Amino acid sequence: MRHIPVDPPDFFNRGPSPASRLAFLGLLALALMFADTRFRYLEGIRQVVAVVLYPLQRAVQLPGEAFSYVADYFGSKRELADDNARLQQELVAQAPAVQGFAELGEENARLKALLDVQQRYAGAAIAVEVLYTGRDPFSQKVFVNKGGDGGVKPGDAVVDDLGVVGQVTRVFPAMAEVTLVTDRDHAVPVKVERSGVRSVMFGNGTGRAPELRFTAPTADLRVGDRLVTSGIDGTYPVGLAVAEVVSVDRETGQMFARIACRPLAGFDRSRYMLVLGREAARAPRPEEPAEAEAAKKGGRKGRRG
Amino acid sequence: MRMMPSVSGLTPASSDEILRPVHPGFIALTLFLGLVANVVPSTPSVSLMRPDFLAIVLLYWCIQEPRYVGVGTSWVVGLVMDVAEATVFGQHALAYAVLAFAADYFRRRVLRFPLWQQAVQVAALLAICAALVLLVRVVGGAPVPRWTYLMSPIVGALLWPPLSILLQWPQRPMRSRGER
Repeated sequence: MRHIPVDPPDFFNRGPSPASRLAFLGLLALALMFADTRFRYLEGIRQVVAVVLYPLQRAVQLPGEAFSYVADYFGSKRELADDNARLQQELVAQAPAVQGFAELGEENARLKALLDVQQRYAGAAIAVEVLYTGRDPFSQKVFVNKGGDGGVKPGDAVVDDLGVVGQVTRVFPAMAEVTLVTDRDHAVPVKVERSGVRSVMFGNGTGRAPELRFTAPTADLRVGDRLVTSGIDGTYPVGLAVAEVVSVDRETGQMFARIACRPLAGFDRSRYMLVLGREAARAPRPEEPAEAEAAKKGGRKGRRG
Repeated sequence: MRMMPSVSGLTPASSDEILRPVHPGFIALTLFLGLVANVVPSTPSVSLMRPDFLAIVLLYWCIQEPRYVGVGTSWVVGLVMDVAEATVFGQHALAYAVLAFAADYFRRRVLRFPLWQQAVQVAALLAICAALVLLVRVVGGAPVPRWTYLMSPIVGALLWPPLSILLQWPQRPMRSRGER
């Protein structure tokens, strides 16, 4: 074969070869991965790339909207009547509970007023709709249709009608990312509704039941116990249903019992969720008295007193 | 088949057909639709089988139009995918860049085969892509998934023939009614 001794004209020049591009971009990708997992430096870049996601958000919502519009249009009058009757029945069925709660609520309010405690729900609750879930089987995340512009903040708790869904972990201007309580190592401080035993529920990733870790084998726990948030972390308000105990293994030969739970929230069923603001969960830090302020300036005395 | 233009549209372009140049806007549109197909909500049983549509579309353009879509474009698209799916930044970027490189390496060979044989090779390429994503995950501490993880590249390869015909559609020469 004869070698042509001239360089190809510029016409054919297409920049660096695919191999060198791959080497460069591959290293860059590795660097990004490293920076993202170790240092979380890249939230800014994420926000920029997320600009592309606005049309995506609309596009994802469109088929559902169109479908529900058509379904509504053709939904028969009879279905609506049935629905109405059912809802009426449910309303009546729940009336005693609601009235009971009203009374309890009043009593609670009086007691709290006595104790001078901030009201738990200050009203910062935002209704959101699930946009999409990740494709990938590892992902324990959902995206909802309100973000920073709608008042959602990172760290807010998210609940649906059945229980705690998770926590807002990233906020884009028009959408937010919610990490589910089943996510690997996601921790929710809980207590057993029946006995008041406190523990922490850790998510275990896809397809595995969350578990209560660091709970003594002697703790008062039974299969079927309901777990509610204990509110200790200041993220989740007190008393939201989280999970149900499905198995208790006390004979592990370890210091702690192995307790598996089943989350109550309908992660893959619920379309509508509620974001509870953090202010609602945690009372604002009381203002420090003037003398303490002065003492702090003088030295570090009085800071803990 | 030549007699019926409507039917000829449903078959892959034969080698004597001269395709019209592709519109870059069309490439962008299909990539966007691939992204939408990747994130649209579905039931857990379906999402086990769900192929990586974006990877298939990227692969198609890398093989057919390497002047428009190559390693760089795939890398950027991968970054967008990372943000959309809230995965570790750069993970899909790396996987798609490797996919594009492999596509560029094999493209002259792949194109010589009929569509269903192309699909077999595409399955291998998609599996490499999925394996890279898995590798990053496992290094990051995720548990190894069940064998169903393999379904996604296989389903993706099965979708290759219909998707290639669909993506080639706007480039087919328009045939007037009286011709041939």
